[in-house]
Amino acid sequence: MADAGVVDPRLDDAGLVAGGVAPLCCSGVGLARGGRVLLDDVTLELARRPGVTVILGPNGAGKSLLLRVVAGLVEPDRGRVRWGPRPPDRSRATRIGFVFQKPVMLRRSVLANVTYALRAAGVPRHEREARARSLLAAGDLGHLERVSARVLSGGEQQRVALVRALATKPEALLLDEPTASLDPRSTQAIEALVRATRAAGVGVVLVTHDLGQARRLADEVVFIHRGRVLEQAPAACFFDAPSTAAAREFLDGGLVL
Amino acid sequence: MTRNSLRARLATAVLALALAAPAAAESIIVQSTTSTQNSGLLDVILPQFTAKTGIEVRVVAVGTGQAIKNATNGDGDVLLVHARAAEEKFVADGFGVERFDLMYNDFVVVGPKADPAGVAGTGDVVAALGKIAATTSAFASRGDDSGTHKKERSLWKLAGVDPTSASGAWYRETGSGMGATLNAAAGMGAYTLTDRATWIAFENKADLAIAVEGDTRLFNQYGVILVSPQKHPHVKAKSGQAFIDWLRSDEGQSAIAAFRIDGQQLFFPNAKR
Amino acid sequence: MSDLATAFRDALDLLLSLDPELAAIVALSLQVSLGAVAVAALVGMPLGAVVAVGRFPGRMAVVVLMNALMGLPPVVVGLVVYLLLSRAGPLGAFGLLYTPTAMVIAQAVLVTPIIAALTRQTVEDLWGEYEEQLRVLGVSRLEMVATLLWDARPSLLTGLLAGFGRAVAEVGAVIIVGGNINHVTRVMTTTIALETSKGNLSLALGLGIILVAITVTVSALVMAMRGREGRAVHG
Repeated sequence: MADAGVVDPRLDDAGLVAGGVAPLCCSGVGLARGGRVLLDDVTLELARRPGVTVILGPNGAGKSLLLRVVAGLVEPDRGRVRWGPRPPDRSRATRIGFVFQKPVMLRRSVLANVTYALRAAGVPRHEREARARSLLAAGDLGHLERVSARVLSGGEQQRVALVRALATKPEALLLDEPTASLDPRSTQAIEALVRATRAAGVGVVLVTHDLGQARRLADEVVFIHRGRVLEQAPAACFFDAPSTAAAREFLDGGLVL
Repeated sequence: MTRNSLRARLATAVLALALAAPAAAESIIVQSTTSTQNSGLLDVILPQFTAKTGIEVRVVAVGTGQAIKNATNGDGDVLLVHARAAEEKFVADGFGVERFDLMYNDFVVVGPKADPAGVAGTGDVVAALGKIAATTSAFASRGDDSGTHKKERSLWKLAGVDPTSASGAWYRETGSGMGATLNAAAGMGAYTLTDRATWIAFENKADLAIAVEGDTRLFNQYGVILVSPQKHPHVKAKSGQAFIDWLRSDEGQSAIAAFRIDGQQLFFPNAKR
Repeated sequence: MSDLATAFRDALDLLLSLDPELAAIVALSLQVSLGAVAVAALVGMPLGAVVAVGRFPGRMAVVVLMNALMGLPPVVVGLVVYLLLSRAGPLGAFGLLYTPTAMVIAQAVLVTPIIAALTRQTVEDLWGEYEEQLRVLGVSRLEMVATLLWDARPSLLTGLLAGFGRAVAEVGAVIIVGGNINHVTRVMTTTIALETSKGNLSLALGLGIILVAITVTVSALVMAMRGREGRAVHG
């Protein structure tokens, strides 16, 4: 597996290197369900440049929900989300790759899982297979292309999910706790892929509650607690000198209530 | 990919096969009663007609009531049933062209060999029914407004008995065809009225035997009617009429007379010419 | 008891003699019922999938109705189709009554709710798993339905089998709209009904045994197909 820093040439071959990254703006986003406020007046700007933004916070802070709102999967009650000038609808103009905590494998081969995404993105039929193959090779999954995706291990499935999310040449890649249920080896492989993606010029937004992972990957940290953004800072600043008590406690490994 | 296209072709083939009605030469639909079909009469005489004329005869065998209803709707070219009053009404209402006598057989009362009503061997069907009612012996009725059922009701009327007041007790209305009613009668040891043709051909007689026969009031006349092409323009009047003419011809009449089961003649041709 | 023994002997005799009359009846049974299942699948699967994925007012009522219609009485369906196809009915001009096509229509009406309801349930379960993933891939509604149907195909195959079982075993509808005309619309079940009414109980039962054998064979073939497909996918 190629390591971080340089653009993996195979990713480049696969046409992953994106052009400009549209800035993501959330302003005044609020969402409540059953009387509970889950997101409270969230205003942020993300992915202004290629880089990894880690959304950090204790369980139940609203990290995953915020990511879904950002991706247009959940409609907020208030406020608005914009990718550049557009809302995050699923029109093919706005390309957002999304990787879920639990990978969803279509009931078909690994290769077909990737060509499916290419088809959805409007890639012409004759290009799909070759592109899917080079993507899978980049993800070190080439040898599994004929295997039914659903019999893969959890780590392999998550790598397929990541490769599939990248297949549509997204401007931004959103990952929701992608390694939460994976072993260290698989986690390492996923993190390597995330670095390669970042290096390829794609804006990455990663939700995690794993501090180690945040330290390894983050260029910027957004700290959320109880549905509110408490801090947004460059990674080094956040880890060295968090400015809120909740963030400090969280970094110290204390229970943040 | 080849497998997919093969599967697609298979599916289309199945569909085409299913939706294509068999292309036939000229054919007519005869609405008739179960007695003509179950006895096997039609199986024997229809091929003779088809061989001679090339016209295929498709028989829908249901109760007389349903046969007349179907013919009224125009779902048949010829009506061949045994319920004279209903047939004449069918013609009078304009649904049929003309009614012709074709043949007759007779009804018999069959019942358990133990004969709880003590009617076995009598030649008087009206007295026998009176006894069955008096002894409240089980009686299975078609109860389906068929020709047989109509006949049975007229006989009860002659006997001065209203059996429907005992419905569910000793009078049991099966609401089904002759065969099913015979099966039911065999199962519950009941008397029932049946046409002789169905009775002779019936294979599941069990403990049943003929109790009453030979009364002229058990006479069972079959009529044949062409469905009116005025009412239903699609009726194949020419072929239908050819079938009726053949049935009433010497050839058709002797074919009916020649039909036998176990050496017994079941239908007696009596077309007037 | 002796009827049962005779029935098995009759069934065996009929099978061994390769009776051409029986073969024609079996062929028509399969043709009609497979045709009905094909038509019902074309209608019921997209319908079930759309109801599974769609969000519209009255959706629950549609689901309840589809589930309830699985229990449609064949005789009632036969009557309704008869009244529609009868010369006196609205579709009488087509002259379809007492043809195999009429039988296909009646059985398709019986089978469609079964396939639609089972498809709805299967697709809805899969939808719960797939929804967000398909949405982030930017898949259109129509493509989603197609994807769900394709990926749910092993379970849907079972639904098709259930529909086939219902179609091939019912007598109430086909005897009314087909008329049980010898060599034209006589199928296994109407033959059984006819032989029963003739009192040929053992022959009727023999035919019944053959009918069951046929459905078992079809079911086994489908399962074999499914097994092969599974292996092909898992490679």
